[in-house]
Amino acid sequence: MNRPPERGLLSPRLIRAIGALGLLTTAATVWLGLWVTPPDITQGNLVRLLYIHPAIAFVALYVAGGLAALSSVLYLWRRTRTMFWDRLAAASVELAAVFCALTLITGSLWGRPTWGVWWTWDARLTSTALLLVLLLGYMALRRVPAEPAVRAKRCAVAALIAAVDVPIVHFSVDWWQTLHQAGTILNPELDAHIHGSMAWTFLLGFIAITLDFVWMVAMRYRIEVLADLVGDEELEVSLAERWAEGGGPAATPVPEPAAAAAEGGRP
Amino acid sequence: MAPAVLLQTAVALAGRFPALSGVDLSVEPGEVVVVVGANGAGKTSLLRVCAGLLPVTSGTAVVLGCDLRQDATAVRRQVGLLGHAAPLYDELNPVENVRFAVKAAGLPVDRADPALERLGLVGRLRKTPVGRLSAGQRRRVALAALVARAPELWLLDEPHAGLDSAARDLLAALVAETTAQGAAVLLSSHEPDLAVPLADRVVTLAGGRVAATAPGGRRPAAVAGGVHVA
Amino acid sequence: MWRDAALVAGKDLRIEARSRVALWQVLPFAVLALVLFAFAVGPGRAALRQAAPGLFWLAVLFSTVLAVQRSMAVESGEGTRDGMRLSGIDPAGVFLGKGAAVAVQLALLQVVLFVGLVLLFDVHLKTAWLAVVASLLATVGLAAAGVLYGALSAGLRVRETLLPLLVLPILAPVLLAGSRAWSAALSGPASAGGPWLRILGAFAAVYVVVGIVLYGPLQEAT
Repeated sequence: MNRPPERGLLSPRLIRAIGALGLLTTAATVWLGLWVTPPDITQGNLVRLLYIHPAIAFVALYVAGGLAALSSVLYLWRRTRTMFWDRLAAASVELAAVFCALTLITGSLWGRPTWGVWWTWDARLTSTALLLVLLLGYMALRRVPAEPAVRAKRCAVAALIAAVDVPIVHFSVDWWQTLHQAGTILNPELDAHIHGSMAWTFLLGFIAITLDFVWMVAMRYRIEVLADLVGDEELEVSLAERWAEGGGPAATPVPEPAAAAAEGGRP
Repeated sequence: MAPAVLLQTAVALAGRFPALSGVDLSVEPGEVVVVVGANGAGKTSLLRVCAGLLPVTSGTAVVLGCDLRQDATAVRRQVGLLGHAAPLYDELNPVENVRFAVKAAGLPVDRADPALERLGLVGRLRKTPVGRLSAGQRRRVALAALVARAPELWLLDEPHAGLDSAARDLLAALVAETTAQGAAVLLSSHEPDLAVPLADRVVTLAGGRVAATAPGGRRPAAVAGGVHVA
Repeated sequence: MWRDAALVAGKDLRIEARSRVALWQVLPFAVLALVLFAFAVGPGRAALRQAAPGLFWLAVLFSTVLAVQRSMAVESGEGTRDGMRLSGIDPAGVFLGKGAAVAVQLALLQVVLFVGLVLLFDVHLKTAWLAVVASLLATVGLAAAGVLYGALSAGLRVRETLLPLLVLPILAPVLLAGSRAWSAALSGPASAGGPWLRILGAFAAVYVVVGIVLYGPLQEAT
């Protein structure tokens, strides 16, 4: 059962290029965001958080979350069922959790000076917090020991059930929140009057965060592949030990699955 | 005639552990094959694979015409598995349990009572919650459910355990009856003295593979189909 | 599928009638939770009355976890779990049947809890139909999502701790919407309950459909 290490969707060279570009753009965003751009008229220096916070939130929910849900569907659908989608889903969920946590932290950092509190039951923050818990649940489920195919199916189903809940949570929290805060809902979101160097920095921030995410997912995916390879090697050892129990190795080696299935029926 | 069970170098994993490490086995309709082997040799796993409960990861596995590598679930309703733990609900009595099994299989519910009678579950026993019955009586209830469903492949995991001698004779009679009707029986046992007389063939399992095959104690005339070398 | 669902629901309810676990354990737990919540909120009448809808639904949510665990425990023995998979019963039927049994238990539980609410929290029901409809919709949603997650964690050794962690965040919208709807039914204008009923309905519809579709693959993954 010695299969070559799986090739992902992107070549290693491309991944390295993305990583380098991500590092570059992130550094540029930091430089522009912290030093070059002027403080905002109303928000002062706090506006600098806006260069990354919405981007992180966007990536957490739509990019990472969407990728996790899509990968789970593709794994469950028989026609496209490969371990690639399972591993991608696991990697996306973990990173979604990280980005979710970062969203909450940056949001909280913005909120403390603005509202005077570390936390508020703002619709977006609450939904994001609930999303984080859902993602942690998936990660907990993933760590329950099981055979890879079983675990993959179970986690894919869990991901989909949770994904379906996300819009419901969003709407209910939104409605709940509007009841209690009549008037302006302060969201750490786009200020309508962003322009000039701030606009460019904002755009750069989006690109930087997205590139960072892609690189991280690729890395995390690679770790999953390596972990499974270790598991396969352990299986080879177990097989050898099992044969030794029965008195000597098998006469014929275990055939490739595809060939055996093609032969099928009669001996 | 197509074999009821056909396994070729079948490998089945339980977690990361290879429960079956390359099994070659075939069972013809009307045949009784007894599987013996030490603890941990893979007897239970073999039966579970044939029931479609344990996936086969490589090799060939075709049971009752269903390719287990494609879709293991299709074969399930066609086989009858009697495992170590009986599929019984403790709070319900034998009548309710067997009726549930029969209705679940889509069969008319009146098949339950004759089966219960055949297994000697009459009178007050019928209404006692299964949880309060002895192990041997629970086995009888499970067997009654099996008899009522009359599947084409019987998979019995150490069926003699917990049965008294009358029940064991009854089991032998049931096996003979069902194979005469064309069903196949795959039986695992720890007690060769009890099992071998029932068998057309005795297969020894070790380390998840077939280590040896020997003829059983049944009269050759009772075997349907030809002699099959595994 | 429906015939199988009726078969499974009947079996589960009959088992419950014999063993009475829901009656003697889940129900007292729910009432106990309500009493403890009252302690936590304090004796002030106004505070209790305002907190009542939320605490009611919180008690129902926790009871759902217990009821689902009990429902999955019926097939906890290896024999019965295999038996269910081998029986040829359509998995969607199993889902609907188990869900229906849990829903019935939850509905009866809510009736008793409501009596407790009136007694302990001094609430008065203004718009009965709103409360009843909200309860029905919420119960279907809770039972569906609960049984789905119960199946997800069934057979795992860590299931007791895993199930609450997995299912309670999912049920949060029901807590939210149910509390607001009941708040409207108890004291506020009935029209305020409208959007919440829609959320409860959407939640129930979504999870019943998701359960019918995914319960089969899920059973294979345990």
